[in-house]
Amino acid sequence: MSAVSHAELMRDNTIDDPTQRAPLVTNDSSFGDVTQAVAGVAEAKPPIGWLICFGVASVGAVMLVSCIGWLVWMGVGVWGNMTPVAWAWDITNFVFWVGIGHAGTLISAVLFLMRQKWRMSINRFAEAMTIFAVICAAIFPGVHVGRAWLAYWLFPIPNQMQMWPQFRSPLLWDVFAVGTYATTSILFWYFGMIPDLATLRDRAKSTIAKIGYGIFSLGWTGSARHWHRYERAYLLLAGLATPLVLSVHSVVSFDFAVSQLPGWHTTIFPPYFVAGAIFSGFAMVMNLAIPARAIFKLEHLITMRHLENMNKVILATGMMVGYAYGMEFFTAWYSGNPQEVFAFKNRAFGPYWWAYWTMVSCNVISPQFFWFKKLRTSIPVMFVLCIFVNIGMWFERFVITVTSLHRDSLPSSWAYYQPTHIDIMMLVGSFGLFFTLFFLFLKYLPIIAMAEMKTVMPQAHAHGDHHGPATKHAHTAGAH
Amino acid sequence: MAHSKVPERTSGDTKVYSYLAEYPTPQALIEACKAVRDAGYKKWDAYSPFPVHGIDPAMGIRPTILPWIVLGAGLTGMLLGLVMQIGLNAFDYPWIISGKPLWSVPAFVPVAFETTILLSALTTFGGCLVLNNLPDLYHPLFKKKRFAKATDDKFFISIESDDKLFDEQKTKSLLERTHPTALETVEDDRKVNSALPRPIVYGLLIATFLSFVPMARIAQARYTKTTDPRFNLVSNMDYQEKYKSQRGTSFFADKRTMRPPIPGTVAQDTLALDDRYSRGVEPGTNDKFISDFPPQFSVNAGAMQRGRERFEIYCAPCHGLAGYGDGMVARRAEELAEGTWVAPTSLHEPRLANEPLGYFYNVISNGVRNMPGYASQVTEEDRWLIVLYLRALQRSQAGSVDDVPADQRGALR
Repeated sequence: MSAVSHAELMRDNTIDDPTQRAPLVTNDSSFGDVTQAVAGVAEAKPPIGWLICFGVASVGAVMLVSCIGWLVWMGVGVWGNMTPVAWAWDITNFVFWVGIGHAGTLISAVLFLMRQKWRMSINRFAEAMTIFAVICAAIFPGVHVGRAWLAYWLFPIPNQMQMWPQFRSPLLWDVFAVGTYATTSILFWYFGMIPDLATLRDRAKSTIAKIGYGIFSLGWTGSARHWHRYERAYLLLAGLATPLVLSVHSVVSFDFAVSQLPGWHTTIFPPYFVAGAIFSGFAMVMNLAIPARAIFKLEHLITMRHLENMNKVILATGMMVGYAYGMEFFTAWYSGNPQEVFAFKNRAFGPYWWAYWTMVSCNVISPQFFWFKKLRTSIPVMFVLCIFVNIGMWFERFVITVTSLHRDSLPSSWAYYQPTHIDIMMLVGSFGLFFTLFFLFLKYLPIIAMAEMKTVMPQAHAHGDHHGPATKHAHTAGAH
Repeated sequence: MAHSKVPERTSGDTKVYSYLAEYPTPQALIEACKAVRDAGYKKWDAYSPFPVHGIDPAMGIRPTILPWIVLGAGLTGMLLGLVMQIGLNAFDYPWIISGKPLWSVPAFVPVAFETTILLSALTTFGGCLVLNNLPDLYHPLFKKKRFAKATDDKFFISIESDDKLFDEQKTKSLLERTHPTALETVEDDRKVNSALPRPIVYGLLIATFLSFVPMARIAQARYTKTTDPRFNLVSNMDYQEKYKSQRGTSFFADKRTMRPPIPGTVAQDTLALDDRYSRGVEPGTNDKFISDFPPQFSVNAGAMQRGRERFEIYCAPCHGLAGYGDGMVARRAEELAEGTWVAPTSLHEPRLANEPLGYFYNVISNGVRNMPGYASQVTEEDRWLIVLYLRALQRSQAGSVDDVPADQRGALR
């Protein structure tokens, strides 16, 4: 048997012992302990750290809303966008935030389908992150349309002009892809939360909490017949979300790839964008989970093994993104098209060289440190590297969008794009909105999927009954 | 096992909803479930804080039909997505984009895919709730304090009194044999408390009615006409802060937004440096007409032929083919006798016979009396060609016998 004792494993689950599967919940916790640890966060008075963070974030959110108001009133001229750089920070921010969102779906859906049970302590975080990131993302193209109050023209609504949207445009595919993604993500997140909201309902002391959690838990009782359909529905949602997440960032990449512009018109974009989305999304999950597990004392639920696994995913996707950067140059050279070659030379050595090399150092070089176990299990190192990854991925979208546009085929219109104050305030403000929503989630909702966590604890397994003789009576009562 | 309460039917209006037994572990729950299942009960359920592995066979739960419902919804979503796109972009509002055919199915795949997922996901969510009879905020079990632990760390079985096999004593003893940590009676007070208070019902009715008002106003606005300007929430697209050509401005002294051209400005292709050729006058003068053709103009049979064509196109309608001022337009105007007509001059008037060539060129270019200028329609060269033909025409009508070659005079008879 193993040289590592059970007790030792229960304290630290990063010990690699192939004879024993490391526990996903450490400290010998009971079902009640898990409930207490997670629900306690929502029930306790907000810690001072939370109040400060929430305050700072909400200032950012207010700033974003004010900027949007100003932009709607004045027009998109308040941004630095101009000819030929008609897409700039707005689209950069859109793609950045959508990409962030994808890791959430990946963790909750793809890892679920692959039976990667370690995902359970982080999937609720990640799903919440998805929804808030998609909200931030949707704002930018929404206000970029110019007359934002007419943005409903994007949808096929019968109108007095007798006109319909153009369904062959990738921009319209985007509306449907992001719309479906937002809807499905919210459903998936909320659906997964219903049993945990019921736990909060049953523990609630104040009337407001009882009514609020009571309504949103929809009267969940934990019935086995309900659980049966619930698990099946959850599996279906995961199965639907998995192709969806791949399609959404592919469609986002079509916004660029279907155009004729050198630097955008490449077939590598869909897989490259998806890999980049997972890469940045996992980095964002890390940046959120590391402080949250420290503040709310959840180290025994979000263990070092979880963090290490995510770092491995970041390393893998970082390599894919680095490969795509190299392959883009190869394709440009191999195409023999002088416009294409120019676009990529200009990308790396033109006026925006600094953005390109920031992107390469953050996205390709910084994840390489995760090859070393010591570094990928060090909290400060991983936190800083993940911040670098997020910066790098923002720059990637900036580089793709702006450097391809700023030197078009007509040299007399070449220009150097610079953001205005409003551009900067809106980017900062979008982080404000994101964190405002996220802090509200941390405080008032079950931040870890309690019911799911309980299923992976050793006590949950009724030993010896897994494949018992019960099957012969399997049809005595219906679940239809 | 010590029981905290012995289940008893309570007197009065409330009836027993079920017997509720509590268990400490999933293992105990599964054992108890098998016992209840084997006893043949149908209307009963187990409650746990998480899905207990192996409970479906222990309870005899059959697989749900939800996946089939979702499959149907997904296919419907795909079909709707395709029909929507093809219907709207190929039939109702057909337009050709990037040279693709109207039935460009590959371009419709992304949206059809998204509608497939969207309808499937909504159906999964809604279908699961509907099959589970949720939301159900007033379940009788919620009245039991103990039951709050069902979402924390305790496990329950509830056998409902509606079950055919339900019997106060037999059911109770069955549950007692499964070693529960507690056994309770659950009362059903739903019938008593289910009705909403009257004020709330009336409030909801009024709110429902009022919610139709904005929609009705929008519908009314769509189908009525008004002379009022369109109401626009954000007006700065309608009234933009910019100067239009015919608007005034306080910026310039002359208060005109549209600026006059700089003195001496010449429109493109209208630069006329050669006064003889372009204006028909001696250089530097306005009324000293040249009497010879300008040097760059050469007289030959081809020039005469084209001059005739131009004359018959532009001049003959009024002046007549022979130049007597009797063209079709002139004759029609005489017939109408409206009193506004200034008859075209006969080109054979003695006054005109003596005018220099430059005079005719000038009249063709700028017009005279009622005749408009033809500079915008006839090029400079063509105008000189017309002058050439005109001079020939004049000569043709002022000839004498001496003009005819001597050997052909006999034919004049």
